[in-house]
Amino acid sequence: MLRSIDPATIENSQTAFDSTPAPRFYLQRRRRIMEKIVFSAFRTAAVVNALALAIVVYFMAANGWKAISWTFLTQPPTNSMTQGGILPCIVGTLCLSLGAMILAFPIGIASAIYMSEYARPGRLLRIIRLGINNLAGVPSVVFGLFGLGFFVVYLRFGVSILSGALTLGAMTLPVIISATEESLRSVPDTYREASLALGANKLQTICRVVLPSAMPGILTSAILGLSRTAGETAPIMFTAAVFYVPQLPSSIFDEIMALPYHIYVLATAGTEIEATRHLQYGTALVLVALVLGLNLSAILYRSRVRKRLR
Amino acid sequence: MNNNFRKIQDRILKHFFFFTALTSTAVLFVIAFFLFKEGIPIFEKVSIQDFILGKYWYPTSEPPDFGILALIVASLSVTLLSAAIAIPLGVMTAIYLAEIASYRLREIVKPVVELLAALPSVVIGFFGMVVVAPFLQNAFNLATGLNLFNAALMLAFMSIPTICSISEDAIYSVPHSLREASLALGATHLETIIRVILPASISGISTAVILGMSRAIGETMVVLMVAGGAAMIPLSIFDPVRPLPASIAAEMAEAPFRGDHYFALFATGIVLFLFTLLFNLIADHVAHKYKQVGEASL
Repeated sequence: MLRSIDPATIENSQTAFDSTPAPRFYLQRRRRIMEKIVFSAFRTAAVVNALALAIVVYFMAANGWKAISWTFLTQPPTNSMTQGGILPCIVGTLCLSLGAMILAFPIGIASAIYMSEYARPGRLLRIIRLGINNLAGVPSVVFGLFGLGFFVVYLRFGVSILSGALTLGAMTLPVIISATEESLRSVPDTYREASLALGANKLQTICRVVLPSAMPGILTSAILGLSRTAGETAPIMFTAAVFYVPQLPSSIFDEIMALPYHIYVLATAGTEIEATRHLQYGTALVLVALVLGLNLSAILYRSRVRKRLR
Repeated sequence: MNNNFRKIQDRILKHFFFFTALTSTAVLFVIAFFLFKEGIPIFEKVSIQDFILGKYWYPTSEPPDFGILALIVASLSVTLLSAAIAIPLGVMTAIYLAEIASYRLREIVKPVVELLAALPSVVIGFFGMVVVAPFLQNAFNLATGLNLFNAALMLAFMSIPTICSISEDAIYSVPHSLREASLALGATHLETIIRVILPASISGISTAVILGMSRAIGETMVVLMVAGGAAMIPLSIFDPVRPLPASIAAEMAEAPFRGDHYFALFATGIVLFLFTLLFNLIADHVAHKYKQVGEASL
């Protein structure tokens, strides 16, 4: 039942309610002001992060672009590393990253398939997951020690592309597994049920239904893994990269030069650190462009696919 | 017949996928095995206690001193200082992204934070060397800009993305009903964040912080390039230091193969490995024990 309310009653009740109007008003305003101040602090924090990225990229670009030229990208270093280009480093980094992905990608996908399609929640899955999480947390230099002890010395691969790629592959495995598992889990169960109901077995369901629907996420994880391996230095210091190699690699047992290691060597161990500064900036810019380019393409690809799915 | 074949095929495949999934765990064990295999021999020369609590690290002098206390202190102080910078920045950014920013802004800022995570550590180290170090040296009138503070600053920017993205997920997954209940009771947005949302997502945020610190303590290239490299116990935040990973990376190339120095560096690796393992196990424990389950977590 509706009752018509006399406007005067409301007004009266309000004044009755706010018997002490002044302090209440100030309290309210203080809370609002407080909120404004703290929120702008939050906003500043976000801006600081964005600025940090912008400043690093700016310094690399501003100082590095002068060094970048066709010769820089296509020639080996000359004159005991003080002139010339970085072609062997680019080739070396590509060999290492692609090698690592060839090794880690199939294992990563198969692991993720087990964890999302086969495993039942329980102790076993928990242990596997713990192993993966802890592997993800192992410091990069420890991976380097492991590569040195296992691949280089014990398996006698020597300091080579193979040792480096295996070490980097072990390191990226957790990245690929968790990203792939996430995208497999985001495939709706109804897809699987529909496929099984049509008489397909588990493998057919995984290969023809689940994997294709999860493909964008899996590809994104591959790109992110690739960019991570391209930027890592510590794992290849003892296993694959050397200061200088006169020719391009011809087999997987060759030592190589790599972009990140090249930056490190030129910036810290060269005899003419100041004289090669422009080469250091140039190499850093190439590496940043490579890694951020890969990441940016992964991010854009993901957001495009998401939009299409929505 | 056909049906039987399919069943066997299914079972074989299941086992195949299962054993592949064990690869990561196996790799972890192989890592531990080889660290110990190459690291243990040093303890025939130096006792574990002297190794960990010894103040002097002079691996190349005659007779050599293998005490890594200064390196451990350096690692811990760099990590703590970087955490003091990274935790507020990372968590505040996460709150901003999850609670305050509009959808469109969030879609722009989140990738930026992810890109920050993607910057190669050697580039951040290089940046710290050629840009931040001279700046610090001039601004504070120091002997060298390559010091504890610089390393902590650079490490902070490497651990912020980890802290931020995991915290953001935790904050974002707090149920809407909690938020709405608090607002309906007359709390401001800020009060809701501090009294309701943060307590509800504290387990996720703690996991984020621990993982961020674990990343900082294990990070190699940054501390190798900007920490200064002096193996002494720091007395101020502007002293040069030599954290564990820096020591391993810098000396391994010169250490005679299978000599005492080589074994000592692997033993240092064991210490570092155990540190990060501990961090990760704590993070895992926190994430599981205090799992956010709907409204029950408050």
